[in-house]
Amino acid sequence: MEPKIALDLYRTMVLIRTFEEAILREYHADKKPVFDIGAGQIPGEMHLSAGQEPVAAGVCAHLTTDDAVTATHRPHHFAIAHGVDLRKMAAEIFGRVDGLGHGRGGHMHLFDPDTHFSCSGIIAEGYPPALGQALAFQRQGNARIAVAVTGEGAANQGAFHESLNLASLWKLPVVFVVEDNDWGISVPRSASTCVTSNAVRAAGYDMPGERVEDNSVEAVHAAAERAVARARAGEGPSLIEVHTLRLWGHFEGDAQGYRPDLEGVPGRDPLPTYEAELRRAGVLGDAGAREAADAAAQRVEDAIAFAKQSAEPAPETARDYVFA
Amino acid sequence: MTLTEPSSPVPTSTQRKLSTAKAMVEGIAQEMERDPGVFVLGEDVGSYGGIFSSTTGLLEKFGPQRVLDTPISETAFIGTAIGAAVEGMRPIVELMFVDFFGVCMDQIYNHMAKIHFESGGNLTVPMVLTTAVGGGYSDGAQHSQCLWGTFAHLPGMKVVVPSTPADAKGLMISAIRDDNPVVYLFHKGIMGLPWMAKNRRSIGPVPEDEYEVPIGKASIVRPGRDVTIVTLSLSVHHALDVADELAGDNVECEVIDLRSLVPMDTDTILESVGRTGRLLVVDEDYLSFGLSGEVIARVVERDPTLLRAPARRVCVPDVPIPYARSLEYAVLPTADRIRRAVLEVVTA
Ligand SMILES: Cc1ncc(C[n+]2csc(CCOP(=O)(O)OP(=O)(O)O)c2C)c(N)n1
Repeated sequence: MEPKIALDLYRTMVLIRTFEEAILREYHADKKPVFDIGAGQIPGEMHLSAGQEPVAAGVCAHLTTDDAVTATHRPHHFAIAHGVDLRKMAAEIFGRVDGLGHGRGGHMHLFDPDTHFSCSGIIAEGYPPALGQALAFQRQGNARIAVAVTGEGAANQGAFHESLNLASLWKLPVVFVVEDNDWGISVPRSASTCVTSNAVRAAGYDMPGERVEDNSVEAVHAAAERAVARARAGEGPSLIEVHTLRLWGHFEGDAQGYRPDLEGVPGRDPLPTYEAELRRAGVLGDAGAREAADAAAQRVEDAIAFAKQSAEPAPETARDYVFA
Repeated sequence: MTLTEPSSPVPTSTQRKLSTAKAMVEGIAQEMERDPGVFVLGEDVGSYGGIFSSTTGLLEKFGPQRVLDTPISETAFIGTAIGAAVEGMRPIVELMFVDFFGVCMDQIYNHMAKIHFESGGNLTVPMVLTTAVGGGYSDGAQHSQCLWGTFAHLPGMKVVVPSTPADAKGLMISAIRDDNPVVYLFHKGIMGLPWMAKNRRSIGPVPEDEYEVPIGKASIVRPGRDVTIVTLSLSVHHALDVADELAGDNVECEVIDLRSLVPMDTDTILESVGRTGRLLVVDEDYLSFGLSGEVIARVVERDPTLLRAPARRVCVPDVPIPYARSLEYAVLPTADRIRRAVLEVVTA
């Protein structure tokens, strides 16, 4: 891989992780001493994507902000990799007026028209709208594509299967991405899914399916390159499944009592792994790593500060935006 | 002042206190012990014990044959419950949040709710569909709705909504024993969860034995002469708080906990309004085309002269539940909004 691309992937992953670590701090800081999900600066559920950065970084490296991405309830890594404005995103997570949805949507419902990014708190329901965006691009006669993301748990939902069929039937320019982190909340893949790889399900819908086994950003990048090229060339959809890793709980506050594999998990963190790989290859040194960390820290700090200084929406405006 | 005895659902002699979640689970466990046809299925109902602790401990007690974790495939597993019920089992199936019904509503309202009718009464569907409702903790527009009015609007399913631990257990047992499909909606804010702000009434006395709380019987949880507040679920607790407070100002609120939307205990409402002449409906569901309009319509239909002042309602004003706390609390039926509405009704 070209060093420049490798470094870009690394920086994206660092930025995502830095952002999520900051959200993690802010989220928990004011929920002490007894965890109260409704308390604090960031109330509500919080699903963080630490460990899954390679998927977002590897896929979005092939996209421009003219392409559409529909993400899940765990959306931050894809939002960041796709270039959603970090300040507006942070402000939305904090429920502030300068947020993407002016505080209406929240962390699971980020909508950004500038980058054609959206997400959904309802499992697999981000797949169907991606078809429509792809249909629009197809009709508009450009080479724009849509990327639809789900978890492996969501691949057992009707919307997943209906979407694969329709996209293939109409040769829509879509790339379906499945993030297999082994768990749908507390239910392991082995107890939810009759096949070990969702990539084989693509065959049932007459499209290529590829599974990336080791959570390697470069392998994701390569698989996505093929799928994106196919979509842009008008050859139709593909599916990529990445065997990735959920480093933290399903949501914050999840004690993960159901999870026997927890001990080995931190050791499989893809970020230090990739950093070591780049250092070994001579692509990254101390200075480069520090630079990436500093740049990310600065952007994240700025975004969080922006969010915090933004006002809470006025109660009198609670009924705004129901209709256009 | 005319004073009716608060209709007590259960013997009050017991001192043992449980959270609503634990009471609900106890009801399920006792029925599972009694009837081998009762089983539980849904997402994360096994080792997790239900995201809102509605099945905690059942897997340990009854094993994976009777407590089944399912894939995220609501259409398939709710349909599975329907089929098993038709064949004589008594499944309890959990839809994790009511907001998710969109992905599986066909199984619920066209199948679960219509099979008995379409078969001319030849088939029954004795199942319980449990689901969590309600907001107040910034979980956003797709995870905070109540939507009970939607289920109540569609014929063929009973709809129950407990507000106390004792009712949670008794209504669960009644729901399991009922030969009809029963939708059992529990508000996250009354479950007594360790990770949510505590409502002091989410822990209360619960008898140890099995008992039924009849479906379709409302409870007068606080008698009063000046205004009838008809409500349900978490809003009962807000209404009681307001009633306690206003009693000091010599306003006596009668608080009716509906406990069941289908069937609805219209008689208890009418008798109460007959005494107070004033009606306020508090509902955490959307304002329009729902429970609040239904309650008022039933009163007015029977006898419009019962009302000495225009009826009022405090509901979610037809807006998706916003994420930001400042906005969410502006649309929820808070104690503040209830108090203002009570004062408007009684001074009208
Ligand atoms: C239709 C629907 N059913 C259930 C849920 C509750 N839920 C939220 S996340 C989740 C697990 C999702 O697992 P997966 O798709 O593997 O994604 P991951 O959380 O692992 O990223 C479930 C069951 C939901 N949001 N929507």
